[in-house]
Amino acid sequence: MTATPVPINPLVPKGRPARTERTGWPTVLAFLAPALLLITIFLVYPVISTLRMSVDRGLGGEFTRFVGLDNYISLFQTPSFVGSIINNVLWTVFYTGFVILFGLFIAVIAMRVRYESVIKAIVFLPMAIAATALGVIWGFVYALDPQIGTLNALLGIIRVGPVSWLGDPAFVNAALIAVGIWGSTGFATVILSAALKGIPTEILEAARTDGANEFQIFWRIIVPMVSLPISVLAVTLIVNVIKLFDIPYVMTQGGPGDASRVIAFEMYKQDFAAGQYGKAAAVAVIMLLLLIPVMVFNVRRFRSSAVV
Amino acid sequence: MSTNVATERIAAPARETASARLLRGLNRTPIHIVLGIVAVIWLAPTIGLLVTSFRPRTDIQSTGWWEVLGTLRFTAENYVQVLNAAGMGQAFLNSLIISIPSTLLPLVVCSLAAYAFSWLKFPFRDSIFLVVVALMMVPVQVAFLPVQQLFKPFQLTQGYMGIWLAHTAFALPFGVFLLRNFFITLPKDLIEAARIDGSTTFGVFRTIVVPLSVPAIAAYGIFQFLWVWNDLLMALIFVGNDANLPMTVKITTLLGTYGTEWNLLAAAAFLLMFVPLAVFFSLQRYFVQGLLAGSVK
Repeated sequence: MTATPVPINPLVPKGRPARTERTGWPTVLAFLAPALLLITIFLVYPVISTLRMSVDRGLGGEFTRFVGLDNYISLFQTPSFVGSIINNVLWTVFYTGFVILFGLFIAVIAMRVRYESVIKAIVFLPMAIAATALGVIWGFVYALDPQIGTLNALLGIIRVGPVSWLGDPAFVNAALIAVGIWGSTGFATVILSAALKGIPTEILEAARTDGANEFQIFWRIIVPMVSLPISVLAVTLIVNVIKLFDIPYVMTQGGPGDASRVIAFEMYKQDFAAGQYGKAAAVAVIMLLLLIPVMVFNVRRFRSSAVV
Repeated sequence: MSTNVATERIAAPARETASARLLRGLNRTPIHIVLGIVAVIWLAPTIGLLVTSFRPRTDIQSTGWWEVLGTLRFTAENYVQVLNAAGMGQAFLNSLIISIPSTLLPLVVCSLAAYAFSWLKFPFRDSIFLVVVALMMVPVQVAFLPVQQLFKPFQLTQGYMGIWLAHTAFALPFGVFLLRNFFITLPKDLIEAARIDGSTTFGVFRTIVVPLSVPAIAAYGIFQFLWVWNDLLMALIFVGNDANLPMTVKITTLLGTYGTEWNLLAAAAFLLMFVPLAVFFSLQRYFVQGLLAGSVK
């Protein structure tokens, strides 16, 4: 509100005289130059350059033939790319949905016991582990031989299977998404648990005295009160899905056939295996376009929290 | 009459608590069961692989890991084999050689930039900062082709320089964002006082801002270290020399060549997990703090 040249931050008390003198450029550059230089070379220049490459034929690393939007059009006529988009949609719906659901469920339930922190640590553990290791852990669980694979051994007890979880196009995406959910639920649990702790206990007590049951309390009070953290979490998880690469790469190489390909994997394949650099650049641009709404969301959220 | 009501009012909650406690105890049994199932689902896959990594190869192929109590034969042979024959020993070193500079460099560059964005005054400061925040979302895929072409004449992917620089650059937007948000909370008076006492801008940064921000810098450092240690994609692209490949890449090639040799794969996976798990158990508080600060402010 006040006409200070300094942006008012909620963390800096209002009404203080703003320091108007500027720091000299040499000093500013000494602090900023390394960061700005790296950001320009590795982030800003590549964005512009990739945009340019995506409208070029780009065969064999030569970028001399402008082809307009041909790369984009041909991508959407490529079954493996369309399939990868569909898989990303599947991931977005089921991975994001179940991570939030399980995260909230575990956070709510664990709050009622003394060993809450132990449960949270156990569920959070996969967050510290590389997706490569998750791939090995779950490749072992999914192993076809019921003497090796835990899941097929369990199914054997009820005389079902064995199922080739990673080798059957009907199961492979569900199997991979389950790994993703297992890996990220702890993240959701920790974040939502912190949000739940922020709900005043008086509100919950009042609802209980008014005769609300636990389900009503969950859906009518807890869910609405943590809706903001949930939306931020959902955005983070959707970003994970758009950038998803490791789990399909490690566990199935996008197979069987193209059944479990995702966009980031498709980009890697176009780039390295097929040498179709123009199309690879087009996939990168599509990924960037998908992330721009998140970019806007983040900047808006940041500005609304930083400027009074 | 009125006193009677009053005592009843006081006594009522106590009576309710006693019965409620009993009820709560009964109500909690399902909660304990559910949490027990949760714990098993989140522990069993990892424990299964851990047990397998210490079992002899022949046992793994004849009995499931859950039958280990029946055999009780353990060996470190898998680890010896995977470290030497499969080249995981060198890959472990490579992971360290890649991760340590890729953590220290961003810490220095981010701290310097975050200080400029929080305490120095210059035109367009906040606009530049917002651009940096926006760049946080740029997917690393965008850099593949242009940066590879840029690196080619200097052969940067042949050594470690390429991957160090790439990790540092892609860490910057988040790191600057995180540290700037911490630096801005430092007491203004302290920084003003140091300036009045004649400290240079760099002096204030080194003697006041950095020492006061050790928790935030440490949290970010742990986060960045684990990120780099666990990274697969950047290493696939920016490590061009097979002798320099980190463990993540090496394990995926092991999966291709020894797809069913679970004794070797299990040992390799635990070598990869060992460092993050050690960090996680010793510095869990910082790690969770860093994650929370990054996602939900």
